[in-house]
Amino acid sequence: MKRHFSALPVFLLVLLAASTTAGDAVKMMSVQVKQGEVRATPYFLGKIVATLSYGDRVEVLGSKESWFHVSPQGKGVTGWMHASALSEKRIVLKAGGKDAQVGASSGELALAGKGFNADVEAEFKTRNRNIDFSWIDRMQAMTVPPERIAAFLQEGGLVPAQGGGK
Amino acid sequence: MKTFRGATAIAFLLAGLAAGGSGCAAMEQVAQVGTSVAQSQGVVTGDQAKSIMRSTTAVARSLEDFTPEQEYYIGRSVGAVIVNRYKPYPNAQANSYLNLLGQTLAQASDRPETFGGYHFLVLDSDEINAFAAPGGLIFVSRGMLRCCRSEDAVAAVLAHEIAHIQFRHGIQSIEKSRQTQALTILAAEGAKTFGKKELADLTKTFEGSITDITSTMITNGYSRGFEQEADASAVRTLSRVGYNPNALVAMLREMEGRLKPGGLDFAKTHPSPASRITDIESIVGRAALTEPPARQERFRSAMGNI
Repeated sequence: MKRHFSALPVFLLVLLAASTTAGDAVKMMSVQVKQGEVRATPYFLGKIVATLSYGDRVEVLGSKESWFHVSPQGKGVTGWMHASALSEKRIVLKAGGKDAQVGASSGELALAGKGFNADVEAEFKTRNRNIDFSWIDRMQAMTVPPERIAAFLQEGGLVPAQGGGK
Repeated sequence: MKTFRGATAIAFLLAGLAAGGSGCAAMEQVAQVGTSVAQSQGVVTGDQAKSIMRSTTAVARSLEDFTPEQEYYIGRSVGAVIVNRYKPYPNAQANSYLNLLGQTLAQASDRPETFGGYHFLVLDSDEINAFAAPGGLIFVSRGMLRCCRSEDAVAAVLAHEIAHIQFRHGIQSIEKSRQTQALTILAAEGAKTFGKKELADLTKTFEGSITDITSTMITNGYSRGFEQEADASAVRTLSRVGYNPNALVAMLREMEGRLKPGGLDFAKTHPSPASRITDIESIVGRAALTEPPARQERFRSAMGNI
């Protein structure tokens, strides 16, 4: 009786170990920013070969310093993404769905749009009508095309160090 | 033998968790997280409890480290408070130059990607001040820009602010008790019953978080350790792009002469320029600043009348 009792947990452990090993074969990560750049080289001036969206999944092929060599699902390209754009967690766009259950069982789930979100901001604005957000929206509209950065460096006689950072 | 026994113990624990993964056990998990709002609100069905369990697993890991998306919303409101207090300087040339320079530095930093990206704005204030709202919104006063005699010096100011965002110094100034509050509400939110009450509770916590951050940035200042960390990171980013990190020292010397004792700006919220200079020179040494004419010219053109 006693012997029989201890066999089950051991079996479970073996099962768990086996499933973990299987999971490690292909390492997947999720894009955790609105817009994630995939570059041809692991370098902050590397050519952008694809732009991914929040929650998109990538297969990790390798890494170098702060960069992951990735293959985005369904894009037909490979390239490099900076670690700051990626999360180990599966990002699920809606709570409570089937994906959420799958994600939670592996303990690697992040719920997109949960917590401090657009609804909370709207409620905050209602409670603080004196705080104007229009300049924040205008700021966010101030964007810099990647090619302007390269030109800015060149015009200013700036020679970036190769490697490191992005 | 010893190892085997340990493994058995772990397996036993796992089996126990697997067997008790519903109903009461799920609620216990939630209760462990903090004082449970869900419980105080009354009946929670079995399905809801499971949903709470799912969300709690996620939230428990992410709360100490807010997701970039949540950081983005916190940053927008922090930024709104700042820009309403100090007023924007709506000069297109100055702002466009600041964004081009700032974006270049951000891309070369150790955290090039944030949820909504980096954006920069000049504040119409004579105070010597700069703020980094979580997620990448950076504000620099005209008073601060007047401390900069070169593009390299402006780059030094921006690289320091980018470092505050990289290390999430703003987020870290949210009181721990408030983080627990948010966690508790979020656990209840997972029940898919995100009603008016939950939204109001979460907004209250959000409001408190914004106050924690803005009062730290505007009134109390970060710890000296955070400022040293930001200066050291700024030095790395500047060097990576090709700027002379000694420009940070030059800017601080200029600031030293301009800061008014007892002022409510950097005089109050930052370590003295002299102590920062000592720390920075211990990393970079001393070097003369030389800038190509084209760089000087574009700096003068954008910042000359600041």
